Amino acid sequence: MPHIEGSSVTEETMTQISMVVNGTAMTGDVADQTLLVDFLRDDLRLTGTHVGCDTSQCGACLVHVNGLAVKSCTMFAREAQDAEVATIEGQAMADGQLNAIQQAFQTHHGLQCGFCTPGMIMATAALLQDNPKPTEDQIRNYLEGNFCRCTGYHNIVRAVFAASGQDVSLIAAE
Amino acid sequence: MYPFEITSPLTIAAAVEALENEEAQPLAGGQTLIPTLKARLAMPEVLVSLTGIKELQSIAVRDGQLCVGAGVTHANLAKQTAQYPALAALAADIGDPAVRNRGTIGGSLANNDPAACYPAAALASGATIVTNARTIAADDYFVGMFETALDEGEIITEVRFPLPQAAHYAKFAQPASRFALVGVFVARFADGVRVAVTGASEEGVFRWTDAEGALSQAFSAQALDGLTVPAEDMMDDIHGTPDYRAHLVAVLTKRAVVAAG
Ligand SMILES: Cc1cc2nc3c(=O)[nH]c(=O)nc-3n(C[C@H](O)[C@H](O)[C@H](O)COP(=O)(O)OP(=O)(O)OC[C@H]3O[C@@H](n4cnc5c(N)ncnc54)[C@H](O)[C@@H]3O)c2cc1C
Ligand code: FES
Ligand code: FES
Repeated sequence: MPHIEGSSVTEETMTQISMVVNGTAMTGDVADQTLLVDFLRDDLRLTGTHVGCDTSQCGACLVHVNGLAVKSCTMFAREAQDAEVATIEGQAMADGQLNAIQQAFQTHHGLQCGFCTPGMIMATAALLQDNPKPTEDQIRNYLEGNFCRCTGYHNIVRAVFAASGQDVSLIAAE
Repeated sequence: MYPFEITSPLTIAAAVEALENEEAQPLAGGQTLIPTLKARLAMPEVLVSLTGIKELQSIAVRDGQLCVGAGVTHANLAKQTAQYPALAALAADIGDPAVRNRGTIGGSLANNDPAACYPAAALASGATIVTNARTIAADDYFVGMFETALDEGEIITEVRFPLPQAAHYAKFAQPASRFALVGVFVARFADGVRVAVTGASEEGVFRWTDAEGALSQAFSAQALDGLTVPAEDMMDDIHGTPDYRAHLVAVLTKRAVVAAG
């Protein structure tokens, strides 16, 4: 870290933080300016959460904090003190099988390079929690903050529709 | 980001005390401030996080006004504000769901981005901005682009909205940022109509008084026929020319009136 001319801050302030990540209690010492995404990736080595833009635009870093979708590149790790955090690593079923959302993304080709996929899956999980049977418009609207540079979105929309248990042949998605 | 310390007070009083340090700055949802810190456009030594302060989280109707705590997120306002549907709809259309889960009304009004949505709602509603030190009428609060009447170390604690008879916010979203390219909030009260425009002017949010006069006479889109805002005061950037923005102001005001009914 750079030394700031004329400032009394020359060192990082370290704080011990604890949170429950995918059901497991986790603790770490972090500098106060550590982003939640960096704590997850660098300290906990949960590298499924991606950094696409680092400017709160793309949603690749989307995780749940206390059940709410947040962009973990735009939240400090300290702000998640005592929170329940869910990431892509906790999504598969106990026996390692893909969950319904993940399976639908595979079946409907909702991914190509896969970079956006963890954020898409976590956003979808948050959407279906609030709205178990979303319309195509509601899906597109909800995923407004999740960018995919490969698929052109149609297959993602189909995957989300299918994951909600609805008949994909009913939507145009084109 | 330059290093800094985060402190998390639990009361307004403790936050105000922490902010007596000249190098301290409030942190609300961080949706604007964290990108600013990453770009090294701000260099606070201490961030005073307001998220743990329960006093800033309430939404209630008192004396006929909707009183919203500064720490209420866009998502919670959208869900819990049946008393003011136009305001709830505005909140539900800010950014995307993850931004709405963190971003707060206090942060938005303190930042006063010239393309932000809440400034239009506050100004058109004739809201009162309550701080730890005083109350400020919306008409006196918005000073210019990213500028407000807030003093150093002063924090917004609550925003009080008088409840209009009818209102609507018409937003033309800039497709990449999802901020307002132009947004117009129209609010009709027993004693007249107020119209506030965001996204358009070099000076930030403003009241379109000609439209207010016409709509106070007759609350209909036709009442606005022939009215225009001067293009020379409008912003000019890659997203829209001044003429285009001036045109949008008139179109969106009509749409807002029709939708408000
Ligand atoms: C992708 C994206 C899309 C967005 N789209 C829109 C949109 O369509 N419309 C829109 O209006 N906004 C939009 N925003 C901005 C968003 O609404 C921000 O949440 C908001 O502007 C800032 O609120 P915050 O709580 O995150 O504040 P912060 O980022 O924490 O703080 C912003 C500023 O306000 C100060 N501050 C915070 N709280 C207080 C307080 N109580 N008293 C005094 N000062 C305070 C801080 O010190 C800082 O200077 C968008 C943001 C992103 C990232
Ligand atoms: S990396 Fe967080 S939104 Fe893009
Ligand atoms: S699959 Fe490549 S970015 Fe979405």
